Amino acid sequence: MNNREYQQIDPQALATPPPEHMPKRARRRWEVFPGKNRFCCDGRVMVARQGGVLPLTLALILITSGLFFVFDCPFLVEHLTSCIPAIGGVLFVFVIISLLQTSFTDPGILPRATPEEAADIEKQIDNPTGSSSSYRPPPRTKEVVINQQVVKLKYCFTCKIFRPPRTSHCSLCDNCVERFDHHCPWVGNCVGKRNYRFFYTFIVSLSFLTAFIFGCVTTHLALRSQGGNGLVFALQASPFSFTFSTALELVVCFFSVWSILGLSGFHTYLVAANLTTNEDIKGSWSGKSGNEDVGNPYSYNSIVKNCCSVLCGPMPPSLIDRRGFVPSDDSVQTSPVEIELPAAKNNRNMVGRAVTSGRPPPPPPPPVVTLQQPDISIQSHSTA
Amino acid sequence: MATEFHNLQELRHSASLANKVFIQRDYTDGTVCKFQTKFPSELDSRIERTLFEDTVKMLNNYYAEAEKIGGQSYIEGCLACLTVYLVFLCIETRYDKVLKKISRYIQEQNEKVYAPRGLLITDPIERGMRVIEISVYEDRGSSGSSSGSSTTSSSGR
Repeated sequence: MNNREYQQIDPQALATPPPEHMPKRARRRWEVFPGKNRFCCDGRVMVARQGGVLPLTLALILITSGLFFVFDCPFLVEHLTSCIPAIGGVLFVFVIISLLQTSFTDPGILPRATPEEAADIEKQIDNPTGSSSSYRPPPRTKEVVINQQVVKLKYCFTCKIFRPPRTSHCSLCDNCVERFDHHCPWVGNCVGKRNYRFFYTFIVSLSFLTAFIFGCVTTHLALRSQGGNGLVFALQASPFSFTFSTALELVVCFFSVWSILGLSGFHTYLVAANLTTNEDIKGSWSGKSGNEDVGNPYSYNSIVKNCCSVLCGPMPPSLIDRRGFVPSDDSVQTSPVEIELPAAKNNRNMVGRAVTSGRPPPPPPPPVVTLQQPDISIQSHSTA
Repeated sequence: MATEFHNLQELRHSASLANKVFIQRDYTDGTVCKFQTKFPSELDSRIERTLFEDTVKMLNNYYAEAEKIGGQSYIEGCLACLTVYLVFLCIETRYDKVLKKISRYIQEQNEKVYAPRGLLITDPIERGMRVIEISVYEDRGSSGSSSGSSTTSSSGR
């Protein structure tokens, strides 16, 4: 019968990509990233899936600072000194820039294991019960001695790796993050190894800014009420906008000062002791779990050295290479076609579907199949 | 049958991937990047132990240099702090420079030492600095090649 729906494939034609698979636009790695992050500007900017309350944080800071510059600065420049808007301006710039850096920087995400790596780790782990795949085996741990302390490395079932020390899996972002501190909803991102210094700069400069604004606003009120018959009279004589802005600034700054100052103090302690929030809360090194002989194995036992290593240490690179290109697209599409002619149709269709669905292509089936190794040249990495 | 390749191009075109060996991280010194120098048994017949150990030790030295906390890193850190870390967008950090050196070193090692023996090292940065991945290649012409063992060439250079 000649009225079949498919045509017999000509082996010669297989050398070139068939018409229905037009040469695909090379995909960047952020497009196939398995975690729950969102990317903007073609992978240059990343945030957690839930923006959290980052817009609220930004709005509070911008509105309060804006009101300060509009209503309080002119009066204070006239009556005190013109340094006030300058100092306020510097603090404001520090706060906004460090906030944006904390939110948009990769916190130290560990990429998930490749299929071969995961298989290699599985081989090394003993599974004495020989259970079927439906039963999840007990948590796998590996012990390592760091600085005379026994540290347990846990196996991450999502990322299929043994987590390095101080690494934790964030369930909100669905990523393992190195030196995981906490997931901060105010900045809408995890705080980890790569953006901890930005986060610390943010909270310290924000505490200075809120204290500064609070001080300036109270000074402003005090100066105004000196001239008249007291505070109430001064407020009644002023326009409504001034009263409203003053009230808003005072309320926001009053509550912020205590909470942000407290947070800065807490993180200063963590920096000096080379601890993370995660470790502090769990009491990993404080002996709360009953162990008498524990101490932080990562601390240099010197406050200065701890501070320097956490805040002034070298900036590690981003491990996820968001803007790199996915290399396996081309090699997996073309290589089965060249070698396994009879099975090529099925393989190609499966692979094609897998690739277009956005997931990384499945591992090549038999190990003996010839693969075209992707280009050996090293891809450039961005550090943002 | 001797597995002998003269360069990386030949390796790619006339060999098939048989196996991948993973060198894991060594965490005994903390969170610094360091790889285990234990010689994997799968490479026993492919490469001399000393060559392998030299490569891994050299890589460990490079990583230690990148992560060293000393004079230059303090200057970089303080300067970055003063500029609200905007300086990271403009200059190449010391870590990046060392990573480039590492890439060049791995490329050179692949060309001179590993490809002639049918092996290929993948830069750890491509694997999230978790492992050094060594791909073991088999000559396509050899039959029953799933075992991954064959006599090595006497002089690879």
